[in-house]
Amino acid sequence: MKPKTQDKTKPGSQIEVITGNAAAAIGAKLARPDVVAAYPITPQTEIIEQISKFHADGEMDCELITVEGENSAMNAVTAACLAGGRVFTASSSWGLVFMYDAILATAGARAPVVMVNVNRETPGIIAVSCGQQDMISTRDAGWIFLIAEDCQEILDLVLQAYRLAEDYDIQVPVMVHYDGFYLSYLSEGVNVPFQEDADRFLSVLNDQPQRTKLVPGGKLGCGTHGILGGYLELRYKHVSAMERSKAKFEEIDKEFQEIFGRSYGGQIEEYRMDDADVVLVGSGSMCGTIKAVIDEKRDAGVKVGLLKIRMYRPFPGEVMVAALKGKKAIGVVDRSLCFGFKGGPIYTELKAFETQLGGSKMMSFIDGIANTDITKANVEQMIDLTCDLAEGKDVREVTWVSYPEAQEPDSEKPDSEKRGGL
Amino acid sequence: MSEVRFHGRGGQGVVTTSKILANAFARTGQFGASFPMLGFERRGAPVTAFGRFSDKPVREKTQIYNPDIIVVLDPSQRSSDAVFQGLLPGGMMLLNDSDNTMNVSHENLKRLGIIDANKIALEEIGLSIPNTVIVGAFARMSGLLEIEPCCDALQDYFSGKKLSANIVCAKRGFEEVELFDL
Repeated sequence: MKPKTQDKTKPGSQIEVITGNAAAAIGAKLARPDVVAAYPITPQTEIIEQISKFHADGEMDCELITVEGENSAMNAVTAACLAGGRVFTASSSWGLVFMYDAILATAGARAPVVMVNVNRETPGIIAVSCGQQDMISTRDAGWIFLIAEDCQEILDLVLQAYRLAEDYDIQVPVMVHYDGFYLSYLSEGVNVPFQEDADRFLSVLNDQPQRTKLVPGGKLGCGTHGILGGYLELRYKHVSAMERSKAKFEEIDKEFQEIFGRSYGGQIEEYRMDDADVVLVGSGSMCGTIKAVIDEKRDAGVKVGLLKIRMYRPFPGEVMVAALKGKKAIGVVDRSLCFGFKGGPIYTELKAFETQLGGSKMMSFIDGIANTDITKANVEQMIDLTCDLAEGKDVREVTWVSYPEAQEPDSEKPDSEKRGGL
Repeated sequence: MSEVRFHGRGGQGVVTTSKILANAFARTGQFGASFPMLGFERRGAPVTAFGRFSDKPVREKTQIYNPDIIVVLDPSQRSSDAVFQGLLPGGMMLLNDSDNTMNVSHENLKRLGIIDANKIALEEIGLSIPNTVIVGAFARMSGLLEIEPCCDALQDYFSGKKLSANIVCAKRGFEEVELFDL
């Protein structure tokens, strides 16, 4: 973690070749949190190791609480946050599930906690592997969810998350998600901001009114106590703050660009969308691969683009409609399942906006579950099928890209019928 | 872009090999991206890692199925089908082995590098962890890197006596790898 080659094209940073987990830890360090509490879990462990090292080396002046489990981690940072502290934690999968009640309480208390979740399959089928099911399983907790595509974006989103969470007009916890294995262990060059620039970026928060704090001896109730009208008021204000966070995130992205020279487009990133006839909608690490395939398809004359979801909660419906309206066909790629619906979760949510899309046809792709690789060939197949849909060909609404058995005519029948009876 | 697939076992430094190379490429103003694919980390289990090295930013976040180069740290996998799977015509292979009799063949293999990296590592660092020897041997065999950025990159992973010993490992890998053009 020593200073590396100075990148002269991007002032105010230095290039380090680091993993996604290290990028998250450095992002947290740059935000100067008061309290960090966390418990290690694959594929997140490296974050905790890195922060522990920063702390031991005196590079991070925070209270580091090595808790006995994730539930305590979330309760500890929430309490510290309500006392006015800046906090950080990180988890994944089973760990996220083990802090689920605390996650709900944190959101209800409107504690501006910032955490990282390294996406991994949830309990249910034991799989130490990548998937966004843990994100989907917590999507209605009342947190703001941001999703990173590469190591640079992980670091940048952690910094941006503090501006968003702690903004006086928002005060909602933020979870930064990135794919386990494919990003958590990916080593690549990252422009690491200088501390003074990170301080300047975050200093806007110092000029805002102080948020309500628990003070020893002070009389203040804190947390979600309310029935009937009181409950409704708290929930309505929470929902409204989530809605406000959309525009706030766009503002923060612009200010980030002014200081660091990098802009991501806010709630969504549009890649070669302007003249696109067909569009893939994706999120996370798959987007890098999709962009590479889109360039090849464009060279072959296929007008295809990518809409990358960066902010998943609140759902960026308005900007997605504006970007997708009038496209001939849209293929939504989900790295998770939406039990009770055939299509993936993001597909199902975008369906709610179908009438506003001006006749765009939609289809669902499920891929990348349990470490299944979203290969370039898989992406090509998705683009080809979306083109078929645009041309009016008969295609399935839902395609399990890496499980062809799901596309067989009798795939939905029980095994007893397929085998001619038990 | 060169796509490289690394094969070894947990504890051999497979992942670190791929990281150091990505680091070395970044130091030359090029771009490197590498990642392993494994579940629980544990010694002795087969480990595969992937490296992409390019003069342009690397965007792909997918495993490598058609490598230009394969690097085998674990000699017991030298003849495994999984190792040669998808090797592109004109491909290269770097093999850590005490047997340099070229007892390896594949129709697409054009260049073979053999180095007894375990022996060199034992002599220099006292441990049979071959990774830094492999880094130097890779630079020489592939022709994609000089040895200097490889040695510079080691500073990010080692310090003190370990650093100087591993720099010797990398340099010996660079000097002592035996190259066979097939």
